[in-house]
Amino acid sequence: MAGGRIYSGDLPDQPAPMATEGPVAWLRDNMFNGVFNTVLTILMGLLLLWMVPPALNWLVFNANWTGGAEACRVNPDGACWPFVSARWEQFLYGFYEKSEYWRVNILLAVLAVGIVLLVFEKMPGRKYIAFFMLFIYPIMAFILLYGNEKLGLPIVDTPQWGGFMLTLVIALSGIVASLPLGILLALGRRSKMPIISLLSTIFIEFWRGIPLVAVLFMATIMFPLFLPPGMSFDQLLRAIIGVALFASAYMAEVVRGGLQAIPKGQYEGAMALGLPYPKMMRLIVLPQALKIVIPGIVNTFIGLFKDTTLVLIIALFDLLGIVQASIADPNWSIRSVPYSGYAFVAIVFWICCYAMARYSRYMEAKLHTGHKR
Amino acid sequence: MQLTKSIAAAAVLAASVGTAHAASETLDAVKAKGFVQCGVSQGLPGFSNPDDQGKWTGLDVDFCRGMAAAIFGDAEAVKFTPLSAKVRFTALTSGEIDVLARNTTWTQTRDTDFGEFVGVNYYDGQGFMVPKALGVASALELDGAAVCTNTGTTTELNVADFFRANNLNYTVVAFEKADEVVAAYDAGRCDVYTTDRSGLAAQRTKLSKPDDHVVLPEIISKEPLGPLVRHGDSGWGDIARWSLNCMINAEELGVNSGNAAEMAKSDNPGIKRMMGTEGDMGSKLGLDNSFCSNIISSVGNYAESYDRNVGPDTPLKLDRGVNALWSQGGILYAAPMR
Amino acid sequence: MAIWRDPDKRAVIYQVLVVAVLAWFVWSIISNTATNMEQRGLASGFDFLSTGAGFGIITTPFIPYTEESSYFTVFLVGLVNTIIVAAVGCFLALILGFIIGVARLSSNWLIQKVATFYIELFRNVPLLLQILFWYSAVLKPLPGPRDLHEAGDKVFLSLNNRGLIFAEPIGQEAMSTVWWALFAGIVLTFIVRALAKVRQAKTGKQFPVFYAGLGLIILMPLVVYFALGRPMDFEPAEMSRFALRGGVTIIPEFVALLLALVIYTAAFIAEIVRAGIQAVSHGQTEAASALGVKPNHRMRLVIVPQAMRVIVPPLTSQFLNLTKNSSLATAIAYPDLFSVFAGTTLNQTGQAVEIMAMTLAVYLTLSLLTSGFMNWYNSRIALVER
Repeated sequence: MAGGRIYSGDLPDQPAPMATEGPVAWLRDNMFNGVFNTVLTILMGLLLLWMVPPALNWLVFNANWTGGAEACRVNPDGACWPFVSARWEQFLYGFYEKSEYWRVNILLAVLAVGIVLLVFEKMPGRKYIAFFMLFIYPIMAFILLYGNEKLGLPIVDTPQWGGFMLTLVIALSGIVASLPLGILLALGRRSKMPIISLLSTIFIEFWRGIPLVAVLFMATIMFPLFLPPGMSFDQLLRAIIGVALFASAYMAEVVRGGLQAIPKGQYEGAMALGLPYPKMMRLIVLPQALKIVIPGIVNTFIGLFKDTTLVLIIALFDLLGIVQASIADPNWSIRSVPYSGYAFVAIVFWICCYAMARYSRYMEAKLHTGHKR
Repeated sequence: MQLTKSIAAAAVLAASVGTAHAASETLDAVKAKGFVQCGVSQGLPGFSNPDDQGKWTGLDVDFCRGMAAAIFGDAEAVKFTPLSAKVRFTALTSGEIDVLARNTTWTQTRDTDFGEFVGVNYYDGQGFMVPKALGVASALELDGAAVCTNTGTTTELNVADFFRANNLNYTVVAFEKADEVVAAYDAGRCDVYTTDRSGLAAQRTKLSKPDDHVVLPEIISKEPLGPLVRHGDSGWGDIARWSLNCMINAEELGVNSGNAAEMAKSDNPGIKRMMGTEGDMGSKLGLDNSFCSNIISSVGNYAESYDRNVGPDTPLKLDRGVNALWSQGGILYAAPMR
Repeated sequence: MAIWRDPDKRAVIYQVLVVAVLAWFVWSIISNTATNMEQRGLASGFDFLSTGAGFGIITTPFIPYTEESSYFTVFLVGLVNTIIVAAVGCFLALILGFIIGVARLSSNWLIQKVATFYIELFRNVPLLLQILFWYSAVLKPLPGPRDLHEAGDKVFLSLNNRGLIFAEPIGQEAMSTVWWALFAGIVLTFIVRALAKVRQAKTGKQFPVFYAGLGLIILMPLVVYFALGRPMDFEPAEMSRFALRGGVTIIPEFVALLLALVIYTAAFIAEIVRAGIQAVSHGQTEAASALGVKPNHRMRLVIVPQAMRVIVPPLTSQFLNLTKNSSLATAIAYPDLFSVFAGTTLNQTGQAVEIMAMTLAVYLTLSLLTSGFMNWYNSRIALVER
């Protein structure tokens, strides 16, 4: 035992070797493990260095935040945000009567509160809130937006509607109208009656097979031809009908997925209890199916929301349309203005869609509690 | 049809408008609803463009305001429907709008097929704009050039005709909207930008260096731009026609918004008839006799409207040119009010 | 016993009712349209298709077109342009989507984050905005042709803001032999692949099919090409006063539209691929590792074939979306079907009913063809239950 030493008790803890902990190890494990990954990391890093700083410079650091058109004219190498702040009322309300903005504000507030309450799952009476948002809110929205002489609300015609408000009107009424239609079509497609099933399938595949641009175009140019002479629809209503029909086909496929996911035993159980078809669907199948397809519905809505930008080709001033119209203003004919306008629209859409996508994914994860890695 | 009708009735946003046939039907309908529904472009500076307050301005817009002033004595009794080039005639024939003032070229096909033109409020013609650096002095030197233009208008056909007639090669890049054409031309996608000369002037302000570009002398087409109304209601057409003529005649007779009240007391019988202090020019149209005086005092005469919207002091910087009065070397010539 | 109590008879009554209502609905639309068109003096019929168009189109691949050509030729030009951008777009979007989808699951932190950022960024911004963005992003940095070439220059390859222009290859007579060699190479590769499969099943020995195919398809035609003394002429483009004339041009509008469509759709495909790969149970990966299958073989032979079953159905929708979205070409002057036919031609002739019917028929046919092909592929790779 020469030279040996004996300690009694525990040895003090040694720090972990440099190679397994700390930022260096993390970097090595996560970014530089192996030649291939190292090369990838370096290439990607270079790409980011090349793209991110100029973009941030243009958007933030070198951008014009204050001043008017003059400031932007002096510094055309950065975004021109005064353009957005000068026109934000138009971007939000379109050409809506200034004195009547409060009507839009109320609706936006109710919408925001409704969505928050709906997203919050523990909320008591969630069913009633959903019923309110789906059935009562649209009627209320129409009366408030359009106006009603009897209630003392002056009429605001639809050509004056515009901006983000119009984007919401088209997307929301499209989705609300397409939901019942989509459910009917999905039931029709899965129906045992051959003709109904065939007709539903044809309807769904027709609308899924043509571009939305064509739908909107038909709604504007051909719809008036289809109506009895002397009768015409409001341009906005025509667009919404087109959007709703288009969305209903996608909605039908989403709902069909949900219907297919319900185990056969549920149908058989309901039938064994002697429930007739409408009751079976209403009480047993649809409540389960619709719950599973919430993520799908939200995804359809995201798609529809982005697609509302196409209404500008039929001269409706949605958010993108009104920004384009504002860009044409000769007082703001500065090179950075169009890009700033488009960047603003992109940011607004991105925030809305990303939030919805997160919600959809959260629902998906909640519903999908099976085997995960 | 019952179904479609009940859909229409139930549809929450439906706003049915009947098509007019009898002589005064449109006027009656307009008076009943209390405003004129006027179709304009989605945004063409100088002709019809919403400003940052959302107020529409422009030459076409002033014409619509003039009609409102003629009918209601109130230039604000008008609502604007922005229309794309493609849907403008459908909107008119279906009764969605009462009058279309959307820098529309008066052609025979359009006059017979779509509506009744009531006059010309701007004489235009298609021209070319090129970068100065190109060193081109005439459109005839443009052999092999790439041409940017708008699709869906007469412009695209005119340019094809011009190049073919002169045996010149070209490639055409045709965009849906004017803004896109300007952006592409500015980025160097084309050597030439062609559209109506008023449009060239308007769009030139949006280039990054407007002074580096010149408009070539050639005018390759006649583009008389004017308002039109539906066929079958000539009474309504008359109101539109004489609202326009009123503005032009007022300039000729030296009456403007500033001196209208004073001029109404003038001894000149022509002015007296126009201002409604003598004769029954207004009631012949089913309007108040002071209809023209209302237009002048609230909107102004043609010169005022021109200077305010497209004249040399505006970003468009357009000289009167052929749009000057016939008595001043132009071709603007309104029929007399008598 | 009322007839209502019998579900079968009730079903018949329902269907008869639906058909009757539908027939009445369709009939009233047709009669209304006919009345309206007559009242407004709109022309009808397909005679306009043989009328001269009178306008120019920027690019007309495979179809000879001049201003004198008929509206029907315009239709064909638009159709070809739509098919080209849709086909190339689907192909590239699939590749990019796969790469991003795999990168999204990468163990490399940076790569994974960038892939996630890519997906979240491009999925949530409207495509129309992206098209406008890419158009200016493509046009802005490129020089003009006059900055690059002098008048009279003969140019074999040039990249400027009028597009990518290269010399036009014109094959001589002997060139057909080279094409035959290429064709033979493709056929031989298939045969080699089949033989290799048989051999592997029998003996377990592998054969490098990939390299053999490479040699057959690329090397063999090249050897033939040079052996015959390069029987291909290249006709260069010539610089005129303004731009290059002659040669083959790929216009920037096409590139921008393609970029936007591919980048947008790839973001969706990447998510589909990720979901597909994650749907394959982790046990499969572990089992493959336990059997000693190499990592790249593991992906190719074990994971991807199983993931494909989950991937293909939603992938079909994405291909359909891409095809339909190509109609947004109108915004940047790419002459696709919607732009030149449902746009310019409709505006020129005013025959909305006929033109929209033809346009819709094309999109529906393209959809059906794509779905048909993908369904066939899906049934081929579907799990064979034993």
